[in-house]
Amino acid sequence: MDFTFSPEHVALRRMIREFCEEELRPRAKEVDRAGRVDPEVMRMMGSLGFFGVPFAQVYGGMGAGETGYCILMEELNRVCPSTATIVGAHIGIGAMSLYLDGSPELKRKYLPDLCAGKKIAAFALTEPNAGSDAAGIQLRATLEGDSYFLDGQKMWITNGPIADVVMTLAITDPALGARGGATVFAVEREWKGYSIGKPEKKMGLHGSPTSLLNFDEVRVPKENVVGQVGLGFVTFMKTLDVGRTSLGAATVGGGQAALEASLRWVKARSQFGRPIAHMQSIQFMLADMAAEIEALRSLVYRTAWLVDNGKPFTKEAGMCKLLGSEIASRCIDRALQIHGALGFSRDFPLERGWRDARIGEIFEGTNEIQRIVIASELLQEVGVRIRP
Amino acid sequence: MDFSLTEEQQMFRDMFRDFAEKEIAPVAEHADKTEQPPVELLKKAAAQGFLGATIPEQYGGAGMDYLTYTLLAEEIARHCLSTAITITIHTMLASMSILDAGSEGQKQKYLPRLAGGELASFALTEPDAGSDPGSLQTRARREDGTFYLDGVKTWVSNGGLAGVHVVFASTEPGKRHHGISAFLVEKDSPFVMVGHREPTLGLRAMDIRTVYFEDGHVPAENLLGPLNGGWPIVLRAFNRVRLGLAAAALGAAEGALALGANFAAERKQFGGPIAQKQAIQNYVADCAVEIEALRHLVHYTAWLADGGQDYGRYASMAKYLGARIAKDTANKMLQVHGGYGFSDEYTISRVYRDVRALRLLGGTDEIQRYAVARGIFDEKGLKIQP
Repeated sequence: MDFTFSPEHVALRRMIREFCEEELRPRAKEVDRAGRVDPEVMRMMGSLGFFGVPFAQVYGGMGAGETGYCILMEELNRVCPSTATIVGAHIGIGAMSLYLDGSPELKRKYLPDLCAGKKIAAFALTEPNAGSDAAGIQLRATLEGDSYFLDGQKMWITNGPIADVVMTLAITDPALGARGGATVFAVEREWKGYSIGKPEKKMGLHGSPTSLLNFDEVRVPKENVVGQVGLGFVTFMKTLDVGRTSLGAATVGGGQAALEASLRWVKARSQFGRPIAHMQSIQFMLADMAAEIEALRSLVYRTAWLVDNGKPFTKEAGMCKLLGSEIASRCIDRALQIHGALGFSRDFPLERGWRDARIGEIFEGTNEIQRIVIASELLQEVGVRIRP
Repeated sequence: MDFSLTEEQQMFRDMFRDFAEKEIAPVAEHADKTEQPPVELLKKAAAQGFLGATIPEQYGGAGMDYLTYTLLAEEIARHCLSTAITITIHTMLASMSILDAGSEGQKQKYLPRLAGGELASFALTEPDAGSDPGSLQTRARREDGTFYLDGVKTWVSNGGLAGVHVVFASTEPGKRHHGISAFLVEKDSPFVMVGHREPTLGLRAMDIRTVYFEDGHVPAENLLGPLNGGWPIVLRAFNRVRLGLAAAALGAAEGALALGANFAAERKQFGGPIAQKQAIQNYVADCAVEIEALRHLVHYTAWLADGGQDYGRYASMAKYLGARIAKDTANKMLQVHGGYGFSDEYTISRVYRDVRALRLLGGTDEIQRYAVARGIFDEKGLKIQP
């Protein structure tokens, strides 16, 4: 057992934190207000190599593995959840599906630009009638000659409005449906028939753009099939496992930020003649926050270790996302409570964190789906197969 | 024991429900998105007598009992918590304090106005006096039989809309909360300045302000209740508003449950409505159980109040429990909505933001728990400190 981070990971965290404190924190409020991340920040993150942290250097990545990627997500989300979400959708599910299952040619074609942040990726699975029931997708891909033609709609696509390359799951064999008859395609923004819907108005994550994507007979060359024809659902589910681990890491950062803000506030705020830090109700909230965050931190980095060492991690990834999002929501809610009325004011950053955090319990598989994933793994171990 | 509403209470409830569905439901989303208090709606509510709900008829009110008031707050909050709380602050905190402590002349002067639709505020909280109102910095200096009021009040609900402010100021600073007095201050007084509108996470249709009182002259006849007698007025107002807020929490929770249940019945995944999933069924069932428990606590508290019994501890319990249940219900029902729950296009996200306020205003969760525990230890002869 060794719970220390490697010197490379320590250095990576230091570099990311410095960037977050100096560049991201001063802009976080404006990101929420204006509803967009400053392009200058995107450019800086690109030149620092953030967009390729987990990927092999041969494709232009940093080669820091899942552990490095978790460090990145923890640190970004500690300061600006909108920015973390853009980066997470880009790396963790967008580029990741290509990285895991794409052909060497396709990886060479897209990954260097994706790692450099010159191109932004998205992951298009959800459709109006296929949310938790991802296997219910209907977007069709029909083979004609050397090309597929994609027709249909995707919705709630994180990075939809800004993505240059969209990993899109489509049905290639309607008789088989999603399981065995779905395929992933790398679709470029400029292609004819591809169009982007209006950005969604959301309760939080205002800086992370989300939209509908329309595919109107979009021609996609065969070479842009990611992985094997018919096995796209497997690619996407595998990708989501990796993504869930890093979402857990993001929630460590979100919870940590809430705890740090609370510690500053309870020292500064006096009621009944002394700092509220001396109130036991407050102390116990702080203790519960810290305990939950530490447990989560251990789970997340242990799961990252499983990923980096080629061990099974599906169940643990589901746990990272399930526990992480609930812990982060609870911690931020406690922080808001500790801040009293000021926690409710948009003049202070607490309420932004509160709004931003809530989607963690929903996106990339609702927490109900995570419970199904975990239960299904558990029951499989005792020989029971379940259906949602 | 008799758990049924009287015929009159039932009639009122139907009338409230009808009004809420016809007048409030259609404008609530717009009021939140534009962050504009629904002024026209409040006028209509006034015309129905709702702004003077518990004010006796002799002062222009509707003369309802507390139980009937809880039905009003509940029905309104089902559709718009901002409006329910605006009216609850106006009625339970401000207007009723005048009825409670005012002279006959003050009652005759102010209550018909306030029952008729002119809003009132209750200016107590200050930057350094939130949960601890004993540490008020606002001063009312006494000179030749009149007062000079000076200070800053924050988080004043209805602050910019109110025609009359019930203002609490220290008249004897050394005595902490036993040195507080209440004053009636007209909006038009030259020394009253309405300041910053608080941009809030939820309750965006409420007008929550910082209000400045700049060393202005308040005649002695505007002293509400006895000199240095403000604290008992505050305590009684807290009991009333906690009861009102508990009822509003009940309504908000019911509204959230209805939104979630409707969505679950319509949204199809895995070949059928998600209401077929046990996880969803359990969310709905748990919320329904808690809502029914809350309803009975709210009604019991109102019944104590109507019978003239001490109901302070119950008001704290009901408000504390109500705030938690409203939050949990909105949270679970947002989860039922999945991604749609995070969208501004769906009402549940507003409800989720709105109900969060209930754990803060009218005394935080922590203060309510302290109040409940204090009552229990008081009976044992032990004074506890927060």
